[in-house]
Amino acid sequence: MKDIAEIRADFPILNRKVYDKPLVYFDNGATTQKPQCVLDAVDEVYKSYNGNIHRGVHFLSDMSSESYEKSREKIRAFINADKREEIVFTSGTTGSINGIAFSFGERYIKPGDEIILSCLEHHANIVPWQMMCERKGAVLCVIPINDNGEIILEEYYKLLSSRTRLVSVTEASNALGTVLPVKEIIDAAHSVNVPVLIDGAQGIQHGIVDVKTMDCDFYVFSGHKIYGPNGIGVLYGKEKWLSELPPFQGGGDMVDKVTFEKTTYNELPFKFEAGTMNYPAAIGLASALDYVLNIGREDIAMREKELLSYATDRLSAIKGLKIYGTSESKISTISFHIKDIHQYDTGMILDKMGIAVRTGNHCAQPVMDRFGIDGTVRASLCFYNTKEEIDTLADGIEKVKSMFA
Amino acid sequence: MTIDEVQNNIIEEFSLFDDWMDKYNLLIDLGKELPVIDPKYKVKDFLIEGCQSKVWLYPGYDGKLITFTADSDAIITRGIVALLIKVLSNRTPDEIITSELYFIDKIGLRQNLSPTRSNGLLSMVRQMKLYAIAYNAKNK
Repeated sequence: MKDIAEIRADFPILNRKVYDKPLVYFDNGATTQKPQCVLDAVDEVYKSYNGNIHRGVHFLSDMSSESYEKSREKIRAFINADKREEIVFTSGTTGSINGIAFSFGERYIKPGDEIILSCLEHHANIVPWQMMCERKGAVLCVIPINDNGEIILEEYYKLLSSRTRLVSVTEASNALGTVLPVKEIIDAAHSVNVPVLIDGAQGIQHGIVDVKTMDCDFYVFSGHKIYGPNGIGVLYGKEKWLSELPPFQGGGDMVDKVTFEKTTYNELPFKFEAGTMNYPAAIGLASALDYVLNIGREDIAMREKELLSYATDRLSAIKGLKIYGTSESKISTISFHIKDIHQYDTGMILDKMGIAVRTGNHCAQPVMDRFGIDGTVRASLCFYNTKEEIDTLADGIEKVKSMFA
Repeated sequence: MTIDEVQNNIIEEFSLFDDWMDKYNLLIDLGKELPVIDPKYKVKDFLIEGCQSKVWLYPGYDGKLITFTADSDAIITRGIVALLIKVLSNRTPDEIITSELYFIDKIGLRQNLSPTRSNGLLSMVRQMKLYAIAYNAKNK
């Protein structure tokens, strides 16, 4: 495996300074930085073979179409899906969930039906379902969490009923870092013939995702959170579902025949890819996944586990600092609050020391409500971070404490 | 002092500090010095909700001058609130409506008033002007 200096050299931005201080980037949960190979891959599209995909008869169009479809194949292999037809490109996790919520609602949902979510969901896995429920007269049911920030499985089992039509839960909480027991959730749902969507936005970059073993019905994630470009995401769906569901957007490329009387749709996965897709970003995403495989997913997970444990120890030792999300099973994300200091104040001062963290409710207001707080400071780490950076954060927090004392 | 004279004074005060930390220390001090808002005004009607921090703003009007009292749950925000009050409180509605706030930019705190940084401050400035417009209309 590459050593940490070599890894960091792959990411040009990590070398920069902010306010004359070396950048400490701990906002990977919001977006990750990009290795040079991803920047090159996107650059190469525009420089050498840009042409709209699936449309032209010309050389460039052929070349970018081929590269786009190769990317689809790479993504299929990366998550171990059965077929390329099951991999749909979208704009991101939010786009994927909105799409499925719409199509699933149109196809299957009747008044009184229920959708189960967890208390740990990002707003992107709440609002699209809420919008669909309002349209269809369906009801949202929420799996509660305990004081460690873990979902209570027994309560989930009680929520599953003959009215349940779908379960949609996150693989890992963006606000607290908790990893959910997705296998148990999926198995229980399947035992009563209910499909499950897994929101992998905070999961896929931290370990090995195998949709076949997991047996989820849908899996969605964003490219920019796994070192790929912005504006690209993936919707994996088992073929039987994607065949049955109607498209969520109409336009070019998703059609078979169009007349003013009726339109028939293209085959999978193109049925769900209306209009010009962000093919340069899709090609960049494939390059990011290659990069991840090259570093090694086990090695990434191991390195991040070490960083999490070191950061947890360092931060726990700070007097007045409380960590929210204390599950044994976590991604490398630490949410915390310093006694009597507003998270916004903490974030602003850390920023001036070159440390990038996120503050606020992290688009997960129900989680904050559950703990009776209005926000936290979140340090979300990934494999290119270092223990020295964690020390800088810990020192920074001490400085914040002294400034606001 | 006119609004612009107060703004120039603030710019001068901040120009003494090169280091960001010193500027923020000054803001923190200003935040701590801000007179406490009457709790009866710290209610929903006077709340300007940002997604990062909250601001409460109450306009008193004696028929001539508008006097603002305000608060925030974050101290740095409260420091900037204190500056805005120094500049815009105890002014006629006309003065407030025609004022141009350049000091925030000049002291390097523009990011705190950007529309993407939803700490309630930009809305606070807008709200101060709206109160002035409303009182002005009432007078006519």
